[in-house]
Amino acid sequence: MADPLVIAGTTFSSRLIAGTARFPNQQVMLDALEASGAEMVTASIRRISLEGYSGSLIDLLGDKYRILPNTAGCVTARDAILTAELAREALNTNWVKLELIGDRELLYPDVEQLVHAADELVRKGFIVMPYCNEDPVSCQKLADVGCAAVMPLGSLIGSGMGIANPAAIELICSRSPVPVVLDAGIGTASDAAQAMELGCDAVMIDTAIAKSLDPVRMAAGMRAAIEGGRLARLAGRIPKQRFAEPSSPQLGLVGS
Amino acid sequence: MMQLRINGKDTELAAATVAELLAEQGIDPGARFLAVAINGSVVRRAEWQTAPLAAGDSVEIVRPFQGG
Repeated sequence: MADPLVIAGTTFSSRLIAGTARFPNQQVMLDALEASGAEMVTASIRRISLEGYSGSLIDLLGDKYRILPNTAGCVTARDAILTAELAREALNTNWVKLELIGDRELLYPDVEQLVHAADELVRKGFIVMPYCNEDPVSCQKLADVGCAAVMPLGSLIGSGMGIANPAAIELICSRSPVPVVLDAGIGTASDAAQAMELGCDAVMIDTAIAKSLDPVRMAAGMRAAIEGGRLARLAGRIPKQRFAEPSSPQLGLVGS
Repeated sequence: MMQLRINGKDTELAAATVAELLAEQGIDPGARFLAVAINGSVVRRAEWQTAPLAAGDSVEIVRPFQGG
């Protein structure tokens, strides 16, 4: 396989990790995930309805995708750790997307608690992929405690604002000893391409696909953008310059 | 009958083990992708038949759901 993504020793050919929330209906979700080419998809862990346990999301996704459970909504390390342990039991996976929120409105991570929870989960044998802020120091701390990847946000979850601080993302990518997955705030295909051009190893996308007018088409667009951005990154772009440089030869001009 | 807190809701019911609790709640104990914790500790499926419940225990019964 050419140019595979490797996280915790596992190889992926797709660099798009897709979320499963906010789709208009389950069929659109299935079709969009198919169009995205994603091999790993996220899921939350929630209390069953006491009115009765009905069919599960996971039955739909079947064996087609690696399920990456998240600890979405957790505000304490204790809750995040318990959620991760419940997810491991429910899904028979030790992979976890660790989310620890410090502000319920902004959904910004609580970095202090996040590093502590990541440390403990790594010790308990989890493959930890933490959603974090776009700060090279936080990302280094998370890598130091043994996270398998770091997942800095581009902008606020669900905001579609794209990559607010491209310079920071590029710095994180250049220094990170583990794969970098741009997670949160992607709005459209060019944002995903930009993430790859900045050096990210993968992009995680939910709302930008699920809430677009045509999720299946947007998923295909994101797939193409990520592939395009990755090729551009590997190809080595031209530098930006402040003056013009003609591409056609200067000699032999008609009328000269 | 005893007081238990199930998924954040205080209830009074008769269930001595996790397996009995699931049955009492109308949940197929063979259902896949379920996980249970008692008082903040996961109880593995293999222990559902034997793991005892005590009055005042707090139980979480969870499953995967859509998420980003």
